[in-house]
Amino acid sequence: MLEPITEQTFYLNLGPQHPSTHGVLRLFLKLDGEYIVEADPIVGYGHRGHEKMAESHLYEQFFPNSSRMDYLSGLLFNHAYVAAVEKMAGIAVPYRAEYIRVICAELNRISSHLLWFGTYIMDLGAFTPFLYAFDDREIILDILDRVTGSRLTYSYCRLGGVAKDIDEEFISSTRKFIKRLRSRWHDYHNLVTKNVIFIHRTKDVGIIDRDLALRFGCTGPILRAAGVPYDIRKAEPYSVYPEFDFDIPTGSNGDAFDRYMVRLQEMEQSLRIIEQALDRLPPGPHKGLAPVRVSPPKGDCYFAAESARGALGYYIISDGSRYPYRLKVRVPSFSNLQVLTDVLPGTLVADTISILGSIDIVVPEVDR
Amino acid sequence: MSSDALREKLGRVVDEAAVSPRDYGRRGYLLEVRTTAAQIVSVAEVARKEDLFLEFVTAADFTDGLQVIYNFNSFGKMSRLVVRLQLSKGQAVPSISSIYNAALWHEREVFDLFGIEFEGHPDLRRLLLPEDADFHPLLKEFGKVHSYKSTEEIYGYPDA
Repeated sequence: MLEPITEQTFYLNLGPQHPSTHGVLRLFLKLDGEYIVEADPIVGYGHRGHEKMAESHLYEQFFPNSSRMDYLSGLLFNHAYVAAVEKMAGIAVPYRAEYIRVICAELNRISSHLLWFGTYIMDLGAFTPFLYAFDDREIILDILDRVTGSRLTYSYCRLGGVAKDIDEEFISSTRKFIKRLRSRWHDYHNLVTKNVIFIHRTKDVGIIDRDLALRFGCTGPILRAAGVPYDIRKAEPYSVYPEFDFDIPTGSNGDAFDRYMVRLQEMEQSLRIIEQALDRLPPGPHKGLAPVRVSPPKGDCYFAAESARGALGYYIISDGSRYPYRLKVRVPSFSNLQVLTDVLPGTLVADTISILGSIDIVVPEVDR
Repeated sequence: MSSDALREKLGRVVDEAAVSPRDYGRRGYLLEVRTTAAQIVSVAEVARKEDLFLEFVTAADFTDGLQVIYNFNSFGKMSRLVVRLQLSKGQAVPSISSIYNAALWHEREVFDLFGIEFEGHPDLRRLLLPEDADFHPLLKEFGKVHSYKSTEEIYGYPDA
């Protein structure tokens, strides 16, 4: 596929092993000097065949797989998978369990955004904010570790509930964390948002407007930065999200700076949800009486949820047995990464790093 | 965009009986369209005109042939649409990548994992597997699977 190279054009491999590619992603770039002519993201280095694995595993056996797709928001993937099976098999979930799921899922969303914040700024050359973000993120990992037993690849949700109830210490440390993170916004904005280098590296860089997002199926903060208030938590309410009062932050320009701002504001909205959920935490069991054997009725079912990166969905075809006949995972990063083929041409190599980082991809999620 | 209006517009490009409303609470989508390879481009055009985005394209292997499944949704009011296309062995599908750029990768993935050819796709390479792989892993004949059934056994109707 290589064309004859003229004096000006040449090819550059960004990755597969490069700190700024956030995982094993290879960007095959055709360059004209410092400008990009063509970009071809090459994925699949982390393909483990989760969808194939599902076909030979019981529904319950697939729990650990779900969080290993997007390891940064594993609990959101775990929650969505369990909710999809519950929807199909008609399993009721205790009210308290739904609250616990939402609290933990939103904590996980914040930890995912914090990691993105730290690494993105590091991509752009600043190291200190990374340490700030990881300092805060560490607290979430400790809080979640207490109840889920893991720090990254959570397998916490069970059919009809969660594995372990939350206790007083979980509640008090979460409340303490909310207070602490709120006091940090000031530092974050002073350190980064108002930094003139950061502004120049992100303003008007990598513009993704509504039309482009529609053609490529981009969702999540990328789409919201383009001014479209599309969030599955509001558009197709699931779990107990309709009971909470929260906003959908949007941008207007659709550039890297807007995506940054949307994510920072989203963390505050997640804090609001957690706060309300803790205030109104209902008593009761954390786990219902789920059947030991789950065999959803024949047919298909789609369940959508909002992951930290956008619209996530599980599409299950069941043959009535205890094994999924076909399980398709619609991952947000797949479409979000593909848009690079359209956004990158015409930009500078230095901007590529800024754009790629602002998209917030998790490559193992694309590969599955 | 109400699902009734969408249903009527889709009914003009495919057989009216092929468009059926579905129970969102149980199935997670509002409309199901059964289409043929000849009609899929027109269906995608209607979806694009109605401001829907392509959520994903996937496939499933049944004893009576492969089925390509398209999922569309809207950024505004929820109007999830599932389009099914039943293929006979070795049949190719027209690509919708000229209407939706998103289909470029989704169709490459389906080609990679199921071996379905998309006519008119500008760059039909493997996406996830190595380029020298000589198998299509999501076919039921590959590796360990639990069952291999026909569309009638799964959906309760023959999907011709």
